[in-house]
Amino acid sequence: MTDLSYVRADESPNLPPPVNTTGVIGWMRANLFSSIGNTILTLIGVFLAYSIFEPLIEFSLINAVWEGENRQACVAPPDSGLHVGACWAYVKAYLPQFIYGRYPIDERWRVDIVYGLFALLLIPMAIPGVPFKRTNALLLLIAYPIVAYFLLTGGFGLQIVETNLWGGLLVTLVIAVTGITASLPLGILLALGRRSNLPIIKLVSVIFIEFWRGVPLITVLFMSSVMLPLFLPEGVNFDKLLRVLIGVTLFSAAYMAEVVRGGLQAIPKGQYEGAQALGLRYWQMMGLIILPQALKLVIPGIVNTFIGLFKDTTLVLIVGMFDLLGQIQSSFTDPTWSSPTQAHTGYLFAAMVFWSFCFGMSRYSLFMEKKLHTGHKR
Amino acid sequence: MEAHPPRTSLWNDPKARGIIFQALLVAVLSYLVFWIVRNTIGNLEKQNIASGFAFLDTTAGFGISQTLVSYSETSSYGRAILVGFFNTLLVAVVGIIAATILGFVIGIARLSNNWVISRLAYCYVEVIRNIPLLLQILFWYVAALRSLPSKREEPLSLFGLVDMNVFGLWGPKPIFGEGSSTAVIAFIAAIVITIFMRRWAHKRQDATGQQFPVGWTTLGLIVGLPLLALIVTGFPISFEWPVFVDTGPVFGRGFQLGVGLNIIPELVALTLALSIYTASFIAEIVRAGIQAISHGQTEASHALGLRHGPTLRLVIIPQALRVIIPPLTSQYLNLTKNSSLAVAIGYPDLVATGGTVLNQTGQAIEIIGIWMLVYLSLSLTTSGLMNWYNQRVALIER
Amino acid sequence: MKTKFLPVVLGAALGVAATGANAAKLDDVKAKGFVQCGVSQGLPGFSNPDSAGNWTGLDVDFCRAMAAAIFDDANAVKFTPLSAKERFTALQSGEIDVLSRNTTWTMSRDTQLGLNFAGVTYYDGQGFMVRKSLGVTSALELSGATVCTQTGTTTELNVADYFRANNMPYEIVAFEKNDEVVQAYDAGRCDVFTTDASGLYAERLKLTNPGDHQVLPEIISKEPLGPVVQQGDDQWFNVTKWVYFALINAEEAGVNSANVDEMKSSEDPNVKRLLGTEGAFGEAIGLSNDWAYRVVKHVGNYGEIFERNVGPDTPLGIARGLNALWSKGGIQYAPPVR
Repeated sequence: MTDLSYVRADESPNLPPPVNTTGVIGWMRANLFSSIGNTILTLIGVFLAYSIFEPLIEFSLINAVWEGENRQACVAPPDSGLHVGACWAYVKAYLPQFIYGRYPIDERWRVDIVYGLFALLLIPMAIPGVPFKRTNALLLLIAYPIVAYFLLTGGFGLQIVETNLWGGLLVTLVIAVTGITASLPLGILLALGRRSNLPIIKLVSVIFIEFWRGVPLITVLFMSSVMLPLFLPEGVNFDKLLRVLIGVTLFSAAYMAEVVRGGLQAIPKGQYEGAQALGLRYWQMMGLIILPQALKLVIPGIVNTFIGLFKDTTLVLIVGMFDLLGQIQSSFTDPTWSSPTQAHTGYLFAAMVFWSFCFGMSRYSLFMEKKLHTGHKR
Repeated sequence: MEAHPPRTSLWNDPKARGIIFQALLVAVLSYLVFWIVRNTIGNLEKQNIASGFAFLDTTAGFGISQTLVSYSETSSYGRAILVGFFNTLLVAVVGIIAATILGFVIGIARLSNNWVISRLAYCYVEVIRNIPLLLQILFWYVAALRSLPSKREEPLSLFGLVDMNVFGLWGPKPIFGEGSSTAVIAFIAAIVITIFMRRWAHKRQDATGQQFPVGWTTLGLIVGLPLLALIVTGFPISFEWPVFVDTGPVFGRGFQLGVGLNIIPELVALTLALSIYTASFIAEIVRAGIQAISHGQTEASHALGLRHGPTLRLVIIPQALRVIIPPLTSQYLNLTKNSSLAVAIGYPDLVATGGTVLNQTGQAIEIIGIWMLVYLSLSLTTSGLMNWYNQRVALIER
Repeated sequence: MKTKFLPVVLGAALGVAATGANAAKLDDVKAKGFVQCGVSQGLPGFSNPDSAGNWTGLDVDFCRAMAAAIFDDANAVKFTPLSAKERFTALQSGEIDVLSRNTTWTMSRDTQLGLNFAGVTYYDGQGFMVRKSLGVTSALELSGATVCTQTGTTTELNVADYFRANNMPYEIVAFEKNDEVVQAYDAGRCDVFTTDASGLYAERLKLTNPGDHQVLPEIISKEPLGPVVQQGDDQWFNVTKWVYFALINAEEAGVNSANVDEMKSSEDPNVKRLLGTEGAFGEAIGLSNDWAYRVVKHVGNYGEIFERNVGPDTPLGIARGLNALWSKGGIQYAPPVR
């Protein structure tokens, strides 16, 4: 008998999938050229991308000037037909002013310490899983501001530095960080007030929040720089930076209150009832049960408010303070560096700095959002 | 059951404590208000600063570069502020329309199956919304201004219709001759007819299932009726083109002032920056709104035989709008408030003209009061309108 | 008591200066040890900070002169840069002691804002700057021009008056800050840049090619610029006034920072009274008798200040003109110390 078999005993070898469904080609077929319409879209998109990125790269890298002593380096010789791109030499020359403003050169180490301490305290705070969060938070929120205040303004044997000498990134960070830190407690109080059962407290909170959210920040800044002095008794006056800080804090407190309110609303009613059933008083309930959960939920919202505030600090240049953008703008009038591309370069630099800060923070906020997604959300 | 709760000390009685707290708050607040008012009055009196709104009738004496209502140097301060108010409204309305269109396009593009398109949209959103608005306004103004041809050079022409130079955009200005009111009436009539037609078409579809080409008819009516009216009245609308002169006295060269339609560069830069910036936020809202609609809806409508377009238009977008509208409202409010950044580039909006009046008169409290009042009422009106619309599209549950 | 208590607590808590409401300004200033002086945010020649934050300029030197008169120390002064919008409120609220910020003396400012102008440290007038390439020689050829200016100043009103009076159409673009005006003018947004003539010379230095621009000869307004103090404190007003007069009188008497020590032994009764070797004129305004000596010693006389900051040998290159002494064809004139 012959051993006839009609069923194959061993598996046939796996054929590779058709070339045009895998790898680069397959991916392109599926994502770029799946239909005529899609192909047209792809071509339009490629054209758009090319017409945006090509001049940008040419301006900022290929034709850029990296070294130079003054404007001569960044001005094309007449009739040469050369296109000079970004004048990075100018940014390099001005970089210290962009970072410290007109802070006295011999005292700039103080600003460096403040920057350094901030990074040292913030990074372990921001990374989940690093221990000693409570100590860290206390240091960051209570000890650090005091140390930073004295380091920056002087006193205790340090030379006094007037705030009108501050500028650049220093002012941007001082306003943004102080604004957010001071507005958080105020915002929490307002949010609690808005959800309170006591009608007058609720009314006051609602009016406060809606008022500040209804007016533009620039009018608030004008108010704090022009109107606030009239509100105070004669002879009492605030430093200009402090006045701006007050305005910014009240303004962002209203936004913060709405963020916190969102968190409070997301806490299931059972948590409130549970706390009350345990006999906790209002502040015990809030401080021990509700707020720790609610605040954790709204960390992304707080970071987003911070991003908004960080961008909004640029507005102080309108009331005559020199934040990073203001400092850059004021450098445009320096004849040593004036060239046709100076303004473009300055704005590009400012855009890159602000973008890296904001983009970094928004990534962090997304990361926290994913991490905190612990099932409380409804 | 005991009707009366056991007696507690006043301090432990939540009701009494609530009253005490509130009374305290009222006392502190009224003292604060009293303190501020007293200081202010004292300061004003001592420094001999005038107060009250009488200054609104005083002659302003300064010029304004863009006026939607008639204004000259001899007009009053009140008029100047009104001019500023209309300029703010103009930027806000144009900006909102442009930002909405751009935002929806980008938001939908982000969800495109096409990799290039969705990546581009992603880059747009992430780049634009992370750069301060003021920086963008300054960029569009200062950087773009330096790249444009100067007043007396040959202007850049866009499609032969609009010219562009450092003085902004120049285009034809429509002049409405006699009889053009007929066209306006025809236009209004077209809108009214459209509304009735839509109702009728809806009813008919409900009753018979037959569809009526509503879209095309609407377009035909709204364009056709006024056009017909114009033809009947002998086309009373003419266009005044800007005139470019390159001989004669040096300041007479370039485009002639007051001839044709001129959009000042401040307005162009501000509107561009505002709508591009706000669009990046709207795009994210639109994307989130569409993604919030479960995929089953798309699949079901595909299963019903609807193609991609109608699926989006009839099934997805109406549902997504419910999610989109509340955050969209706050973006509109933001845009309106952000238009106050005009002051940085010299566009004469409410804050800029008000600021000038403030400088001339020194009456800070009144001017800042007007600003806050106007912006607050704009905010409340916008959110009121959007709430009304939101109620209309909201899910009506049985 | 409570009403007084709150501001003090607020002040102490926030680290701000709280001073008695009705105390005399001079005593306040002496007590805190420096003069708080409001200046512009950066106008070369008048008040301009260098990269290390040291202020120089004519307006700045006036404040230094006040500090010298009061404290015998020209550096006992702190500067607050102010925008056009903030300057009067800052003075009204007492945030600054004296405003020395190229501020035009007008009737409404003098009478309605609760301010007092102490004198005219610089006689100025509004002018126009245009590009040389336009070939314009007179302001009367500016019909149809676009004009850039700063808001909130008298210049905005003057330019409107001038063009209307001469029946010339024009277009105005007004900006919040001077630097923005310069930028817009430099970018070609407007044909004409207008501000006080001194300012034109100063701002011209900030343009890409200063040599391409010219200041037209017409001066269309009177702009007497001078220091301003709060109304209602006559002693402080007098101190401010007489520091200014001392600067002028010193130049007239030929006293300058180089020869002031020798001049102390001069027999000229005018010089003796000025430098305090005769009479007790300083004590009468609450200062020491050698107050004018201190001013000249530390800061120099008016002529020196002018030459140092804005004169022909500086980048601004402004001639004395109206600001020469009355005896030399100008209108700078001071009452005698007698």
